[in-house]
Amino acid sequence: MKIPWALLTLFIVINYGLLMTALVQKIGARVGRRHGIPIWQNYIDLLKNYGLRTSITHGVMFYLGPVFRLSGGVGLLLFVPSIYGSEMFSNFSFAGDLILALYFVFFGTLGMALGAAESGHPYAAIGITRGLSQMTAAELPFALAVFAVALQYQTLSVTDIVAAQQGSILNWTLFTNPFAVAAAMLSFLGSMMRPPFDVVLAPQEVPIGPPTEYHSSFLALMQTNRVLFPVAKIVIYMNLFFGGAANWPVFFLKVFLIYMVSAFVGVVFPRFRVEQSIRWFLIWAVPLGIIAVVRV
Amino acid sequence: MVMQALYDTLKPRFLLGEFTKQRDDLAFITVEAVRLHALLRHLRDQEGFTHLVLLTAVDWLEDGQFQLTYLLNNRAKRQDVGLRVLIARDNATMESIHDLWAAAATYQRELREMFGIDFPDSPRLHEDFILEGWQDIPPYRRDFDTLKYAQENYRDRPGRETRDPAQHMKQQLYGED
Amino acid sequence: MKEELLKRMVKGPDGVEFEVEPLRDYYCEAGPTVQTPAYTAIIEKLFNWARSESIWILGFGTGCGAIEMRPLMTPRFDAYRYGIQWRPTPRQANLFVISGYLSTKTLKRVIRSYEQMQSPKYVVGLGSCTINGGMYWDSYNTIKRLDDYLPVDLYIAGCMPRPEALLAGFEDLKKLIRAGKAEGANQYAENFEWYKANQKSVIHDWDMPDYNW
Repeated sequence: MKIPWALLTLFIVINYGLLMTALVQKIGARVGRRHGIPIWQNYIDLLKNYGLRTSITHGVMFYLGPVFRLSGGVGLLLFVPSIYGSEMFSNFSFAGDLILALYFVFFGTLGMALGAAESGHPYAAIGITRGLSQMTAAELPFALAVFAVALQYQTLSVTDIVAAQQGSILNWTLFTNPFAVAAAMLSFLGSMMRPPFDVVLAPQEVPIGPPTEYHSSFLALMQTNRVLFPVAKIVIYMNLFFGGAANWPVFFLKVFLIYMVSAFVGVVFPRFRVEQSIRWFLIWAVPLGIIAVVRV
Repeated sequence: MVMQALYDTLKPRFLLGEFTKQRDDLAFITVEAVRLHALLRHLRDQEGFTHLVLLTAVDWLEDGQFQLTYLLNNRAKRQDVGLRVLIARDNATMESIHDLWAAAATYQRELREMFGIDFPDSPRLHEDFILEGWQDIPPYRRDFDTLKYAQENYRDRPGRETRDPAQHMKQQLYGED
Repeated sequence: MKEELLKRMVKGPDGVEFEVEPLRDYYCEAGPTVQTPAYTAIIEKLFNWARSESIWILGFGTGCGAIEMRPLMTPRFDAYRYGIQWRPTPRQANLFVISGYLSTKTLKRVIRSYEQMQSPKYVVGLGSCTINGGMYWDSYNTIKRLDDYLPVDLYIAGCMPRPEALLAGFEDLKKLIRAGKAEGANQYAENFEWYKANQKSVIHDWDMPDYNW
């Protein structure tokens, strides 16, 4: 009986992601005094890409790359409870799901690396190298923060961590362990592929990076993941640091607000080069993570 | 005045030809092809003309000559001097100056392609520069008929009218009379 | 033909000599095929609507007209609100805007890029140079009629057309796509021989496979 509910979660989250990313893009455009894309533009782009008549392949891994990437996003979402205290939307969470989630965060990028490498395009190879180095540096503080949180609550179950934060807003990890949250939020900026850390996927930089060769349905799969993955990732952040969500409206609101953090930073700061962003993570985010681990 | 003084000091040594003063800080000097290299080296190393601004050619079809113009700049004194070299148009060949300015090799590639002037030993001289797979005579030579070439190679779209701009505007503005 | 594309013997790092024929080994020889709308009419209509509302332009400026495309991204014109955006790679683009005069050297790159785009794909000729040569009517290296070499869906006249004219042109293109009349890719596949003959008549050093996808 869990599977249909999990699929429903997936459906809700994908639609929410499509609308929310368009909304955030619109907000970004308004900052630049532009009108911005229509709110339903993501749906049309998806439909168009699925509806293209031709597509070409470079081999098996080229097929599997987008599939791995999407399964990374779906896995991340489905092994973490979306709504706290709801039997229907707790998905496939289990006692050690935090470790699995950490793995899934990285899984998509690795799949992408395999697929993009198979395309044989030099830009894809450069993009992947840059992407993986930046991701690794950005994941480090996040991993430290997760360790700190796991130590603090003495559990690896996301459900238990959320449960420990209930009762008052002051019980959130945000207030009980601010260093861990600070380190994780800095890492969050790096993994959202928004400025200043979007050098990997930006269309202007080494044309569009890893997905250079991807088109039609392959690209559509990756676009689906592009709207799904940030939400899935934010769900983890929400559960670990911001008290989780007890119902869908709170879920939507919290995800949107957490997403807006990266949007705010993105419209204000210009783009980092890869080595700059790695240095930035190692200097500013990692020490915070270490302090968080040491303090608990 | 300054350019005249420079000309006067160099004239006996390099047997310079005609001197044309354009401005106080710009003059053109005609020089024989065989003495060009030595003169350029002298200007670069002794007189401070360290920058090669451009190297270009003019096709004097009626005289059967190409004129090469080497324009040099003296940054410190803010002076320009142009050296004119006239070479025969048939089998046009000129000494390469890429050993003085590496950038000259690019100009020489262009001149080889556009005018058909040969610069022996210039690096990558025979690689395509702007044109790819050009089969006709070099297009900047004046005996190359660009209109005829365009009509032979690229199809016209019917219905295009060509008017003399002056006549047309006169008619537009003032009518028939 | 470029030297690295010629058939030749190559000595591998292990000392074994073998024959390489790059055009056959590294490229596929199959030409383009006509792609019929494989769905029922209503689904094809839906797809055509989606295609018209999501036009991705290849970021490739061939001539001076490219300067008129840039303002479309700025707050003043903001083409994004019409579902138009620019993609840096031909694989993801649907619309090729030939922006102004097209020299034969650029034409070679244009053909390569066009053939790498995925069907259905559209071509818009921008400026009078693409229509009849414009001010380059007597130029030795600029083509005069774009539709001899690529299937053109729409021309935007002017020298140069203003960004507003481009927006109006894109709106007209949307109508064509929605009516199912923008089948340039199929036209290209049907008349492939004719297009190739025209292309090769002006590109004298044809140093690439006949169909580059």
